[in-house]
Amino acid sequence: MTRSVIELTTTPEDHRIAQLAAAAIGLALIDAAIPLPLPGVKPGLSNIVTLIVLARYGWATAVWVSGLRVIAGGLLLGQFLSPGFFMSLTGAVLSLLVLGLAIRLPRRWFGPVSWSILAAFAHISGQLLLARVWLIPHNGLFYLVPLFASAALAFGIINGLIAARLLAELPDILLADTR
Amino acid sequence: MRWLALFRHGDWLVSLLGISFCAASFPLAWHGGVAEKAVIKRGGEIFAELDLSRNRQIEVPGLLGVTTIAVEKRRVRVVSDPGLHQYCVRQGWLERAGEIAICAPNQVSVQVLGGKETYDSLSY
Repeated sequence: MTRSVIELTTTPEDHRIAQLAAAAIGLALIDAAIPLPLPGVKPGLSNIVTLIVLARYGWATAVWVSGLRVIAGGLLLGQFLSPGFFMSLTGAVLSLLVLGLAIRLPRRWFGPVSWSILAAFAHISGQLLLARVWLIPHNGLFYLVPLFASAALAFGIINGLIAARLLAELPDILLADTR
Repeated sequence: MRWLALFRHGDWLVSLLGISFCAASFPLAWHGGVAEKAVIKRGGEIFAELDLSRNRQIEVPGLLGVTTIAVEKRRVRVVSDPGLHQYCVRQGWLERAGEIAICAPNQVSVQVLGGKETYDSLSY
């Protein structure tokens, strides 16, 4: 019998994605620990990482980081494959799609703040649609649209500003050590 | 103002669009107020006003026969109606202010009203 050795060869790109995802997961855990009055309203701090990754490394890396964050964050919070996980997944997928379009906007005029606001609205519309179709099949849900939209706008601006400021003041931020 | 300096011109535009969307969503989602009562009309005249907080069933004698209307858990629906197409029955539960079910053949209608009178859904 030959002994088989499984060897994973990792590229510097893999290391970078893993480190960035770890940062995002850390923020996702902090996010979950912050108490807020309405279920579903969260600051979405880990999106700051997504925004910075988007600006630094492009959309494909952002998809990796965001996807790993959703899955690993779900596992760590014990909600993997639960409704909360699918809500988070739907939100992430929709905001990534919108971000893919948003980064094509001219950078001179539209920065991380715009991306963040657009992504936040995409996130909440995806979640509301999933909730309407699957979890709460009832139009009364739309009573909550103004609250969710306002929260999305507020947290979208705040996260976008934080990302923009980190990008401006720390040019090396998240230039992960890939040795 | 170091934070404000981070806003690019387009960011202001996107923020403004976001604010107007939020501002518009409040009246759109909440225009009717909270559903308070169901007004039942027969032949254009008010037949009964039901308080939505009390479950009950009422029978309305119309042109063709009896239309049964039920209030349950702050909702109201037409349970049965002698009309041919059963449109008002198939509408199911009405629960938001302004919603209305009309059993035209029997000349019976039921509408949910909130605390304050607003437009009815027909006048739009």
